[in-house]
Amino acid sequence: MTNILEVQNLVKNYGDFQAVKGVSFNIEEGEIFSLLGPNGAGKTTTISMLSTLYTPTSGDAVVGGHSVTKDPMAVRGVIGVVPQDLALYEDLTARENLIFWGQMYNLSGKSLNIRVDEVLEQIGLTDKAKNRVKTFSGGMKRRVNIGVGLLHKPRLLFMDEPTVGIDPQSRRAILDTVKDLNKQGMTLLYTTHYMEEAEELSNRVGIIDHGELIAIGTQKELTQQVGQAETLVLHVSENDDSEALAKSLKGIQGVQQAEAVDHEVSIVCAEAEDVLAAVVTKANERGIKIRSIDIREPNLEAVFLHLTGRALRD
Amino acid sequence: MLKTFLIGIKDLRLAFRDRAALILMLAAPFVLTLGLGLVTGRFSSNNNSGLSDIPVIIVNLDNEQLGDALTDVFTSEELANLMEPAIGSDPEAARKSIDEDEAAAVVIIPEGFTRSIIPQQGDFNNPAETVKIEVYANPSRPTGAGIVKAIVDEFLSRVNEGSLSGSVSILQLMLSGRITPQQAEAAGLAMTEQLQTNPTDSALAITINSSTANGEEVKFDILAYLAPGMALMFLMYTVSYGGRSILAEKTQGTLPRLLVSPTSSTQILGGKVFGIFLTGAAQMLILIGASSLFFQLKWGDPIGVVILVLAAVFGATGWGMFITAMARTPAQVASVGSAIMLIFGIMGGSFISLDQMPPAIQTFSKITPNAWALDGFTTLALGGTLTNLSTPITALLSMGMILFLVSVVLFGKKNLVQK
Repeated sequence: MTNILEVQNLVKNYGDFQAVKGVSFNIEEGEIFSLLGPNGAGKTTTISMLSTLYTPTSGDAVVGGHSVTKDPMAVRGVIGVVPQDLALYEDLTARENLIFWGQMYNLSGKSLNIRVDEVLEQIGLTDKAKNRVKTFSGGMKRRVNIGVGLLHKPRLLFMDEPTVGIDPQSRRAILDTVKDLNKQGMTLLYTTHYMEEAEELSNRVGIIDHGELIAIGTQKELTQQVGQAETLVLHVSENDDSEALAKSLKGIQGVQQAEAVDHEVSIVCAEAEDVLAAVVTKANERGIKIRSIDIREPNLEAVFLHLTGRALRD
Repeated sequence: MLKTFLIGIKDLRLAFRDRAALILMLAAPFVLTLGLGLVTGRFSSNNNSGLSDIPVIIVNLDNEQLGDALTDVFTSEELANLMEPAIGSDPEAARKSIDEDEAAAVVIIPEGFTRSIIPQQGDFNNPAETVKIEVYANPSRPTGAGIVKAIVDEFLSRVNEGSLSGSVSILQLMLSGRITPQQAEAAGLAMTEQLQTNPTDSALAITINSSTANGEEVKFDILAYLAPGMALMFLMYTVSYGGRSILAEKTQGTLPRLLVSPTSSTQILGGKVFGIFLTGAAQMLILIGASSLFFQLKWGDPIGVVILVLAAVFGATGWGMFITAMARTPAQVASVGSAIMLIFGIMGGSFISLDQMPPAIQTFSKITPNAWALDGFTTLALGGTLTNLSTPITALLSMGMILFLVSVVLFGKKNLVQK
């Protein structure tokens, strides 16, 4: 497999603040690569540099053989971008939006019309093509937003958190679209802070936090870093102090990590059964009512917790 | 180039789909023109001119060549439809008539006016004091008073030209050695005699172009002033609306999306400017078409109108770009744009003729596209053609070019995308 993207020590500074700190990774042609990290980790800044929107402070990336710093216009012909926020003209119809953006990607005439029809069908909006985008639901707008990125059949598609803020049905449709595109041969760089999406879609995952790529590999390779650890998840009452409980649990023998997010306490341990009794006792001592308990096999959430000491949703 | 055109067309389409923008671009100037037309009586008679029989009192205390010539202008056949002159002899009584709203203005030609312009024998060593014609205007009839003042200004301008050319001629004769300084007075008197034999020849007379090249009679229509005034004021709204869309595209994410497509920054900025220009031109041409259709307004030479519209929109587009380049958010462009629309509308003569304004405001008006374009539209309405529009068109194009260049520099410093 050849690399369609090679990122070399990419850095982005805003004054004294370093948003991206020397990120390096490759993406092979035909794979789905996810950048997984919490909000503010540097995912969007990284994609913005790779898509030539921002100029890197230092480092470079080669997309389809073209440098993002030396030949940005050539890079733009190779890539498609689906931005995190909707980037559409709401007073234009879905079809008019696609026609306009197709023209910006040098499509014209009959081939443009044919391609627009194909994309409308692909995103399931053929019957709504003549409706103005502002009349669409959030999910339908997201689909048009994705459709724009597909018009010119890019070799590498950047998708920046495309499922944020939409209903479960639309999210399912988008995830299925991503898988379909990959089956058709398109390479994707997908950013998300949803561990489940990265697990479902990706051939490989890069975990990014505070502007640094802290781990990279297949899901199996990454979970092996945690060892055979399991994650015990306690669901506590809304009125209880989950953070105080998490702190107290760290002292229990066998507990490797304990973090509270909202009303859940995640405990990383070698064997959940070994610590379960002590955990429940500790909760009772603090007067905390446990509503339910989940035992999870090693996953990317656990990897993130293991690597950073924080939950992914922090 | 093609992408620049496509971006411009897209912006034109978006502007004409925005109901709020349409109200301010088209409905507001149209309704205001209609309202002002009703106020000025434009729609109350069968007279197409809208302005006629403006009552004016002439008090000629000079009773010499130039005073008589000015009186003749107001009583001439050419102005018979426009003016209703009355000859008075007492300045105080005439002023009182104005205070009692019996006339639009009084023109008081003081004693010695002719002598202050055309020296008599012996005056070369003791020049007469400069005296001024007084136009006592009725503030409740600003338009009529403005027209009277415009006629007097034009007359004085011609008189000054004649006086200046006489002085220059004498000076040239002395410098070239054709006459001695001692002969200067005699030569001046000879010129004066020539003037006196025909005081209303082309050097001094008011000439009002009263017919077109086709021989069609042209009457001044008050709407020919009001309609472009309103259209130009709301043109400033349109250009700030267009400028606002540059910053709005940034906040709505379409500008970054354009910048990651194979489209250069120059094409994008060019397209946005072209969009503002197209929208402004479409607005002006629709308003001109509508006022011609519904008000039977004759704007004048069609080629001149189109060229002047394009120049006016170019100048206004420069302002739209400049406001945008100075602002940080779309809301700032909207508020500053609205303020400038009103200031330029007032200072540029959209509501009150610039002749009625203090000299300082008349000077300030030169930075507004409204003033230059109104000047051009009035010229066309009075029968002028493209050849008479060189000054306003040059001013508007220069204004647009300078503001555009300044804006490009400011945009370059601002960096619209990079955080």
